[in-house]
Amino acid sequence: MTAPALELAGITKRYPGVLACDAVDFRVEPGSVHALVGENGAGKSTLMSIACGLVAPDAGTVHIGGELLGRRGPARARALGLGMVHQHFLLVPTLSVADNVVLGREPGRLGAYDRAAAEARVRATALRYGFDLDPRARVGDLSVGEQQRVEIVRVLDTGARVVILDEPTAVLVPQETAELVRILRDLAAAGHAIVFISHRLPEVRAIADTITVLRGGRVVETLAARAASEANLARAIVGRALAAPVVARARSVAGAVLELTDVRTAGTRGALQGVSLTVRAGEIVGVAGVEGNGQQALLRSVLGLETPRSGSIRFAAHDVTHTGVAERRRRGMAYVSDDRLGEGLVPEMTLAENLLLSTPQSDALGWRGFLRPAAWRARAAAILDAAAVRPARADRDARTLSGGNQQKVVLGRELAGAPRLLVLGQPTRGVDVGGIEFLHAQILSARDAGAAVLLVSADLAEIRALADRVVVLYGGQLRGPLDIDAATPERLGRLMLGAEDVA
Amino acid sequence: MDLIAPLIVATLRISAPYLWASLGGWYSERSGIVNLALEGMLLHGALACVLAAHACEQAGASGAVAAWAGIAAAILAGALTGALHAAACVAAKGDQITSGIAINLLAAGVTKLVLTLVFGSASNSARIAGLEPWAIPGLAHWGVTRVLFCTPLVLFAAVAVAGSEFVARRTRFGLRLHAAGEMPRAVQAAGVSVAGLRWRAVLLGGALAGVGGAWLALDQHQFTAGISNGRGFIALAALIFGKWTPRGAAAACLLFGAAEAMQIQLQAHGTGIPTQFVQMLPYVVTLVALAGAIGRAHPPAALGRADE
Amino acid sequence: MNRRAAWVAAIVAPALAVLAALATGALLAAALGRNPFEIYALLGRETFGSWYGLGQVLFKATTLAATGLAAAMAFRAGLFNVGAEGQLYLGGLAAAVAALTLPPACPAVLAIPVTLVAAAAAGAAWAGVAGVLRARLGVHEVIATILLNFIAMALGSWILVTHFAQFETLHTAEIPAAARWARLESVWPAFRGAPLNGAAWLVLVLSGACVVLLWHTRWGFEVRAVGASEKAARAAGIPVRRRLFEAMAVSGALAGLAASNFVQGYKYYFEDGFTAEAGFRGLAVALLARSHPLGIVPAAILFGALDRGGFVLSQKVPKEFADILQALVLLFVVVLQPGLRRFMERRQSLEGRE
Repeated sequence: MTAPALELAGITKRYPGVLACDAVDFRVEPGSVHALVGENGAGKSTLMSIACGLVAPDAGTVHIGGELLGRRGPARARALGLGMVHQHFLLVPTLSVADNVVLGREPGRLGAYDRAAAEARVRATALRYGFDLDPRARVGDLSVGEQQRVEIVRVLDTGARVVILDEPTAVLVPQETAELVRILRDLAAAGHAIVFISHRLPEVRAIADTITVLRGGRVVETLAARAASEANLARAIVGRALAAPVVARARSVAGAVLELTDVRTAGTRGALQGVSLTVRAGEIVGVAGVEGNGQQALLRSVLGLETPRSGSIRFAAHDVTHTGVAERRRRGMAYVSDDRLGEGLVPEMTLAENLLLSTPQSDALGWRGFLRPAAWRARAAAILDAAAVRPARADRDARTLSGGNQQKVVLGRELAGAPRLLVLGQPTRGVDVGGIEFLHAQILSARDAGAAVLLVSADLAEIRALADRVVVLYGGQLRGPLDIDAATPERLGRLMLGAEDVA
Repeated sequence: MDLIAPLIVATLRISAPYLWASLGGWYSERSGIVNLALEGMLLHGALACVLAAHACEQAGASGAVAAWAGIAAAILAGALTGALHAAACVAAKGDQITSGIAINLLAAGVTKLVLTLVFGSASNSARIAGLEPWAIPGLAHWGVTRVLFCTPLVLFAAVAVAGSEFVARRTRFGLRLHAAGEMPRAVQAAGVSVAGLRWRAVLLGGALAGVGGAWLALDQHQFTAGISNGRGFIALAALIFGKWTPRGAAAACLLFGAAEAMQIQLQAHGTGIPTQFVQMLPYVVTLVALAGAIGRAHPPAALGRADE
Repeated sequence: MNRRAAWVAAIVAPALAVLAALATGALLAAALGRNPFEIYALLGRETFGSWYGLGQVLFKATTLAATGLAAAMAFRAGLFNVGAEGQLYLGGLAAAVAALTLPPACPAVLAIPVTLVAAAAAGAAWAGVAGVLRARLGVHEVIATILLNFIAMALGSWILVTHFAQFETLHTAEIPAAARWARLESVWPAFRGAPLNGAAWLVLVLSGACVVLLWHTRWGFEVRAVGASEKAARAAGIPVRRRLFEAMAVSGALAGLAASNFVQGYKYYFEDGFTAEAGFRGLAVALLARSHPLGIVPAAILFGALDRGGFVLSQKVPKEFADILQALVLLFVVVLQPGLRRFMERRQSLEGRE
């Protein structure tokens, strides 16, 4: 029998205050797809960083293709044939596909860079694995799915036999996911070993041959994918049975809170091309779609960061088309950005200060232009307490919190003013399972309290869990609305890719 | 012709130091390191040039040999100043803007100190011969071509611009430099040392800016205190104005040089416009150009961020 | 990093930097053939060792503290005001012109504020140009302010020469007594001979005002939010462009007020070249103080002492020795701060987080 493609034995890694990996054994056979599942913080990333040689373990060994990795770092891991597709793509948006693929291993002599050779090399690799990629395209112009293929081609270009993919489907629509599955199966069939990190159970079962569950830095179980049921896996991942998914749909829907009429925005890529949409009090309208189809323009137009080229926006019975963010917020608009550390929070400011970052909040917590520190610190403590952020100390910088806790703070701030309209952009991206549960419950209770909710997300599971009605944004135009019960993933996926709707 | 030719000659002469400094800034900023230290690099380059040239002349070398020794010394001094900036920003991951300001303060002090110690004056050095234009038969009488083709540092500046464009587009180093300035983690993931790239870029940038300093010293045949007179900052403006490309920066430097040349001509001819307004001209032109329809520039995405 | 760790880093790093700069300076002194202990003893004696020396130090620190506050105010908004030099220059000119045009009978309670307002307004207006260019047209403020410095000097010098300069000098007439600050020696005779004056109190008040403005008003909060993240500020409904412009104008006003120390407190006239790079060195002061208004005062005193040191040491070493010390302090802060910050964070994470 051949050596395993990747074998980690007895890996232990301790960070200050945390035992990230506790005597973990993990092996992947050539020609197989091995899924590694677990909550955020379960140790998946640490384990894979160790496999890549980025992090040295306190104890244990890593063998790649039978060779000991030792402590010589990422270069050695690469040389032994291990490559990683990162969740946040490590691509240079201003360079071409070929430039990105060959970066660090450029063809050419005497320091010169032979771009034609690079393009030929990329074309050959793409052809061999049946990828559709233009080596000359600028990476920044590509869709997320295409960028992921660039990452995969890059890993293959290094001659990797072991390919680790970190949450590769988090950003894909179902059809793109299907394509990825096909690619991964092809790679496995060609003898590559694939490690697939995820916490989406259905696709894990569809892709993997073997599944390893991590929890709290330990391997809970390793089992054949055929033998695993979703319920069992979920229990293994969380350590307890999850509450049944919330299916509380809207009870009392009242009048329109937000009305977009034929809104068009400037620009070509990702601009709105005539969007009309109504969100009523007490309902959640989900906007599904592949990123780059106008989500940013929609969010920006609704919030007032961008003025439409034509069309009108009515909010709370006022025409707000030409008003700014502050006025819309004063009228009761709240916003949770999909760019948590860019728009949602100021990472270098304290939590208390971050809670002032919305016009109504700073209206309420000030006095004639002065701030009332006691008042807002008390408010901060209350929000942190309600959001179950531990320790509930408001003088910490926002960046020291985990993603889930950061998002709880943002949502807590935005809900504090009892908004009429809650605008959400991918509210649970990168948040762990427990955090998602909490955030979803908060969103639903805001709706039940009468708020209108506009949820823009590429995550279909989330949309299906929360929304009462669904529209699909494609090429700057809306399709739908569909009633949530009619919005099957397949149907939504087709709409998201621009195909005709066949109910 | 009588008016235009001297103007072009003056433009080229005046642009040269801006150009060298601007190219120096390009390498550094393209790799992601803000370079406010250009001013200090010019100062150190100019002083080193005069010291070496003066020493050579004292030892009996010809003016040209001394000048070339001075240029070599300026390259070294510029690179050493770059090393200081890189040590602070790349090795110690310190704040790049502060480091630049500190290096400029340091250079202002050090150059005056050395000036006092070596030449016994806090304001200027002994005179050096400078660099004579190369005599190319047949071209000697053509004013513009004379400056363009025969004054070595102008000619080399043009070569340096073309060379830097080549580096940017057709070399491994250029590709990696671009990536390091945009997305350092991608470079890291490709197994290339970001710190190594940045070190090389800042050293190289310092060396080029040092040549700009040498040009100032050779052109004025001496070192005077504060000889750089804000040129490092203008060079940085040119870099931004030129949208972080060597050719763009070169064009911006020429524009600024032309405005300054015009100013000198206006002053020489006496137009009735107050001197002070004539003096403002190059700065106003640059400001208006920056504010005008030239469009926004997109700096390297990782510029100034130490932690990556 | 929590508050305590931030404070420790803000105080320990500059302190270590001063020690490291002094050590390097000692090597330099030795290389110049001087006994470093002798040099530093002289430096200490002539700065903090006598009331007169202290008065000189504090006088120099007054200007630097004001330009330091100007730089810090801009930093907090995420702006880099390299134009304090030009704003200071025009502030000085405006102060002198305003004081000279006051009616002779104008009492001090009116004359001093009017002069101050003129200085602040001129600085604010000049910085405002850069503010508009940045906020409206996206011109990088570093470049704009540098260019505006050159333009300010030329413009100011033209105004001076054509309208206000005394015969064959580059300064204005003396301003009326009512617009002058009292010297501190008049209430505190120990400072006899030192030009320390009422502007020092003004600067202390200004640094307190900056603290209140930045941390206790909504405007200050919004400015800091803009400085830390323009995107987040915009999403929160903060008028980003307006705050950028205002912060730049306030920064310019502070730089303009710095002229008061010279024009109203020392020579009693505006003179071409009076700025002596105080505008640029304000940046260094602010960077040393990590842009905290309360750190500005000690940082300015340190730089003021080294300014004075350049003068008193010139009998032993070239006066640039002190300039080099200033630069070294700043350079060592750059080098030491990130390491110290990482060290504090590591210690904190050992104490347990989240």
